[in-house]
Amino acid sequence: MAFFLETLFGGLMAGMLYSLVALGFVLIFKASGVFNFAQGAMVLFAALAMARFSEWIPQWLGIDNKIIGNVLAFMGAAVMMFLLAWLVERLVLRHLVNQEGVTLLMATLGITYFIDGLGQTIFGSAVYRIDVGMPKEPIFVLDGVFQGGLLINKEDLIAALVAACLVLGLSLFFQRTPTGRALRAVADDHQAAQSIGIPLNRMWVIVWFVAGITALVAGIIWGSKIGVQFSLTTVALKALPVIILGGLTSVPGAIIGGLIIGVGEKLSEVYIGPMVGGGIELWFAYVLALVFLLFRPQGLFGEKIIDRV
Amino acid sequence: MSKVIGDVILDVRNISLRFGGVKALTDISFNVKEHEIRAIIGPNGAGKSSMLNCINGVYTPQEGSITFRGQTFDHMNSRQVAEMGIARTFQNLALFKGMSVIDNIMSGRNLKIKSNILLQALRIGPAQREEEQHREKVEQIIDFLEIQAFRKTPVGQLPYGLQKRVDLGRALAMEPQVLLLDEPMAGMNLEEKQDMCRFILDVNDEFGTTIVLIEHDMGVVMDISDRVVVLDYGKKIGDGEPEEVRNNEDVISAYLGTSH
Repeated sequence: MAFFLETLFGGLMAGMLYSLVALGFVLIFKASGVFNFAQGAMVLFAALAMARFSEWIPQWLGIDNKIIGNVLAFMGAAVMMFLLAWLVERLVLRHLVNQEGVTLLMATLGITYFIDGLGQTIFGSAVYRIDVGMPKEPIFVLDGVFQGGLLINKEDLIAALVAACLVLGLSLFFQRTPTGRALRAVADDHQAAQSIGIPLNRMWVIVWFVAGITALVAGIIWGSKIGVQFSLTTVALKALPVIILGGLTSVPGAIIGGLIIGVGEKLSEVYIGPMVGGGIELWFAYVLALVFLLFRPQGLFGEKIIDRV
Repeated sequence: MSKVIGDVILDVRNISLRFGGVKALTDISFNVKEHEIRAIIGPNGAGKSSMLNCINGVYTPQEGSITFRGQTFDHMNSRQVAEMGIARTFQNLALFKGMSVIDNIMSGRNLKIKSNILLQALRIGPAQREEEQHREKVEQIIDFLEIQAFRKTPVGQLPYGLQKRVDLGRALAMEPQVLLLDEPMAGMNLEEKQDMCRFILDVNDEFGTTIVLIEHDMGVVMDISDRVVVLDYGKKIGDGEPEEVRNNEDVISAYLGTSH
């Protein structure tokens, strides 16, 4: 039973990180109808910025205190994410208003590669460490089979708490503030939103920035676990089945979808894996997503789209 | 009719709009006076919606000018037009379907919200009070449109006629000086049409809002409009009071389809 619980917890932990990345997708999709393929690249970019700034800033300013260094690095990375959001809106989205979804998707595909390149040009392409002072357990190793580890440790608990706060804050922001309402309005209908005076451009910068911050948080948590490296972008791939499961337009869906997939892949790996020779973790999420696409394409919480004929 | 019609508030001069080789509008001029109900009518494809979209800043005409209260439009987008005090409704409902009736209408208050994003996020005093004031205004609109029972319902689930009312409510929430209505009666049954007529007349009467409306159903329009512009194939073929327009031969032939 203890073993089961440990596996469950490990799954929840991994799932929570999927949720964070998926959340970035959902936010941008809701507010601009853009399926942002670049979310994974943004996670890497944010993590790189955080890792390098926490090295550079103390050197530049001659600060010894690690906490102050990390706070400054976080602020620096947040500024980078804001600049990125602003540039994306200025150079790409602004020119593609009212275009087809596919056009916008292709544009974000381009942004993905651009951000990948830009991040590594500015920050370098080696493996970097993020050390925000999370309590470490040496048992967390990059073992292919039992990735995520078996012991419940403090680092995971803190990470879960941070993620939960972020999600709570975001949902309050979206549901309870006028800006959140304007963002939801933009999500539903660009044309109508403009007709009541909502500035699309500013809304897009805001939402890309918010998605950038979730990417930053995900990047920090992930990066302090396994180091900042290019493979972080593949995390984004796991977020795709998560949003298919949860529904592309649902914030709670992204979270629950992420947890289900995290737990599902760990449990099936541990309990079914030995029967079929392992490796379930690699494809579990995608098969689950496929099943959902067949039987419930709008996901668990997505809006069913009924067109007037 | 006892109401007082004011000066010209919106002046449309020599507008021509082309999409590639297609001439949607050719040399259209008319004006709208303060407090009147001005209709733009014409058969399908006459260019009514194009005209409305020019006034709303969705399209920029190649030639001509539009002047609103002395200010001339120059490459404006819909948002800037909204800031000037012109609101609109849509022919094919463009509501925020996932949001409740209240949220839809509240979103119409967007331009009136002054507190900044940080205050909103922290829900600090002034932002909170402001939200309550806007909410009060929105409740008045909901009462006015008689949709109290549906205030928490997502608009996507409402019947068509009610969605049209929410669309109107959202535009009213902007407290516009000019309200553009794009086929407010399209697809409605007789009873719904009568309700909508009543609302339009009441808005005009109680709030003093100037109304420009598009319809292709001549009957309804003639009853509620002060003056009517008639378009056909992108050209203006009639302009005047309903009675005058009704007897205009070009208008009759455009509607009955006799030779042009």
